[in-house]
Amino acid sequence: MPDVILEMRNITKTFPGVKALDNVTFSVRQGEIHALVGENGAGKSTLMKVLSGVYPHGSYSGDIYFQGKECRFRDITESEEVGLVIIHQELALIPFLSIAENLFLGNERAKNGVINWNESISKTIELLDRVGLHESPNTLITNMGVGKQQLVEIAKALAKKVKLLILDEPTASLNESDSEKLLGLLLQLKENGISSILISHKLGEVNKVADSITILRDGATIETLDCQKDTITEDRIIRGMVGRDLTHRFPPRDSKIGDTIFEVRNWNVYHPLHENRKVSDDINFNVRKGEVVGIAGLMGAGRTELAMSIFGQAYGTRISGKAYKSGKEIDISTIDKAIENGIAYATEDRKAFGLILIEEIKNNITLTNLKAISDGGVINEPKEMTVTSEYRDKLNIKCSSILQLALNLSGGNQQKVVLSKWLFAGPDILILDEPTRGIDVGAKYEIYTIINRLASEGKGIVMISSELPEILGVCDRIYVMREGRMVGELPASEASQEIVMKYIMTQQEVME
Amino acid sequence: MKTLATLFKNNVREYGMLIALIVIMMFFQYQTDGILMKPVNITNLVLQNSYIIIMALGMLLIIVAGWIDLSVGSVAAFVGAIAAVLMVKYDFNWGLTILISLIVGALIGAFQGYWVAYVKIPAFIVTLAGMLIFRGLTLVMLQGEAVGPFPTQFQKLSSGFIPDFFHYEGLHVTTLLIGAILSILLIFLDIRGRKNQQKYGFEVTPFYFFVVKNLFITLAVMGLCYLMASYKGLPTVLVILFLLITFYGFITSQTVLGRRIYAMGGNEKAARLSGVNTPRLLFYTFVNMGVLAALAGMIVTARLNTATPKAGVGFELDVIAACFIGGASATGGIGKVIGAVVGAFLIGVMNNGMSLLGIGIDWQQAIKGLVLLVAVFFDVYNKNKNV
Repeated sequence: MPDVILEMRNITKTFPGVKALDNVTFSVRQGEIHALVGENGAGKSTLMKVLSGVYPHGSYSGDIYFQGKECRFRDITESEEVGLVIIHQELALIPFLSIAENLFLGNERAKNGVINWNESISKTIELLDRVGLHESPNTLITNMGVGKQQLVEIAKALAKKVKLLILDEPTASLNESDSEKLLGLLLQLKENGISSILISHKLGEVNKVADSITILRDGATIETLDCQKDTITEDRIIRGMVGRDLTHRFPPRDSKIGDTIFEVRNWNVYHPLHENRKVSDDINFNVRKGEVVGIAGLMGAGRTELAMSIFGQAYGTRISGKAYKSGKEIDISTIDKAIENGIAYATEDRKAFGLILIEEIKNNITLTNLKAISDGGVINEPKEMTVTSEYRDKLNIKCSSILQLALNLSGGNQQKVVLSKWLFAGPDILILDEPTRGIDVGAKYEIYTIINRLASEGKGIVMISSELPEILGVCDRIYVMREGRMVGELPASEASQEIVMKYIMTQQEVME
Repeated sequence: MKTLATLFKNNVREYGMLIALIVIMMFFQYQTDGILMKPVNITNLVLQNSYIIIMALGMLLIIVAGWIDLSVGSVAAFVGAIAAVLMVKYDFNWGLTILISLIVGALIGAFQGYWVAYVKIPAFIVTLAGMLIFRGLTLVMLQGEAVGPFPTQFQKLSSGFIPDFFHYEGLHVTTLLIGAILSILLIFLDIRGRKNQQKYGFEVTPFYFFVVKNLFITLAVMGLCYLMASYKGLPTVLVILFLLITFYGFITSQTVLGRRIYAMGGNEKAARLSGVNTPRLLFYTFVNMGVLAALAGMIVTARLNTATPKAGVGFELDVIAACFIGGASATGGIGKVIGAVVGAFLIGVMNNGMSLLGIGIDWQQAIKGLVLLVAVFFDVYNKNKNV
């Protein structure tokens, strides 16, 4: 097939305990815009990392052909050499360098190590012109908006003589008009023979520009739709993204739901750096005794920010709103007070925010409530040993000893340590942020079982998750968040993946 | 049952430094024809290095918390100058002077701690500024000249010895008695700890190792006390040192406060999200450092019997080196009090031994630098091997 620029055949990539990609086949035709869609965790980013050499040849199985030649990239420079450039969601620009300096970073116009600034600047002007950005080459990146930065990234790719451009959620943080501009640019590049792969959650824009759409689900290719032949509706895409068998992945539970134990009213939070950006916008929600409430939404919808702002204002500024526990207003203005009032927040990023990796399991578990194992400020070590051993047994933490460092545990067991530590604080309300991220199926099942048990003990549980099946399989009630607002609430009995996905994805229609 | 070899392998860091200290002591003992271990020299060694050890205790906490303090030498000099001016120019009584000096130290610590903990300026910068500020203020305070001498009670802070209640010719019996009580206490504590471990079903070290260890410790304690007793007895400074080391050892290993400092250094964000008030904790860690620097400053001043503008220059480097030689991690969260003390002694013995051998200050510095590098290399090498 001479018109195929890229072909990935039978790509399989495993991480310890997880199969991230399972025999994926994916091909892109010359001069097309190919959209790659799928839920969070479906394997889109992993596939692109395999393609661009972030995961070097040998760490996955399968073959990659680019312009008919087999490629075995060892790192990202090698893939860029043949004209494959990836633009990540988090932009890779250096904020305090100028546009020109960024454009040629690692690719400097230089002779014997001395930069030819005249050539650099004139080339920069030419490239900026191609992407339709009218800025001085000397403008610092930090002084530009995200939309313009995105254009600089594309110009940078053009400087590298890109043939296939990969964009990972390029419009996630752009407003309407910047998005339009970017998509227009993609179409224009297509005219000039540059193909692109577009990863996006916004199905509206996918439909607008894509020539074909490949759907990934659970690390496997589901189907490739040809937009030129048939008209593809968003519903059709959503069906492909979610359809799957849910039996036996979740432990059974029968809920005994009591009175409201925790409620948040008119909660507003602003971004800590961009003071006029609201990250939580007039949020109301509640959780009852024995209930598991899910908060669904895309990454970046503001769920973690909401949870952390509630947990002792660990995130955000200018926080306003009221919190009630069993009908009484409570003060949760510091983390101390939040914990004292029986709130616990288990973070989504256990390595960065949840655990002290260089310390023992024991020390990690007791940190939230050292009072309980000490007398007059002196730690009662035997008591600490006994208590932590109990948690090890109860939550089935697989370790050689509770004196093992948290560093040396698998992801699932680390997560159990995080849960133990918060259970040790004796909370009534547990906010679990992505409690099963990055852990294997067996450990997930164990975590669900623990969640069920906690609910049956009468605790109120709020679970933030980007995996819809998990939300549907575990929760009694589901909230949907989008762009800092609660946009939907429905009982699990009435929810299906299609319905929730619609709430999550179809913002344009609702907003306009 | 663990074998001695695996036991050593698991604790290579702790035993390694102790063995290095002993080897270096034996080397100098041999090279100096036995001068190193003479009672008068041992007493001198303790007096000369007491302030390094005192400051190393505070520095260890700062390093474990993940930061550094470059100002301690200047702060010590500044507080020494204040004490001198108060006593010599204003006739303050020595007790009040000590109290005021300690408070000044705490205030200086609070000043630096405020910028680091609440304004979030990196400690390296804040304490670099502090180093310049307090060196300058020392000069201002002393108006460029040496101030002294001091009341004898104040001098006793560094040159005093504990009184002897038994007047036995040529031997300080009280010192020996204290040594004996201490030995018995240590053995008692070790037995109790071992029983406790067995009660909870933990693996304990082999019995013969336990016996050998206690025998060794008893010998070391009694030997040191005998050496001291045959000179003038236990120096007051050594008693202060012992109390401080015990206190900080206890704080770091047995208390909620210590646990929180290690947690903060290991992962500040995780500690904060676990309810630890990390800014306040860091603030008080600096206050503590200020107080210890003040104490060290007074001991140095008392020892020289004058406050000089150049006192304490370069102390911070010896103190920081002691912590790193003792196994503290520059990224925070790791380090032991006993390690810092052994590290400080190692530096002290090298300073003293090399001076006895007549090695110039130039080579002394170079050699100390190499020892620091080798000790930390040893750490990194071990860590990589174990991963």
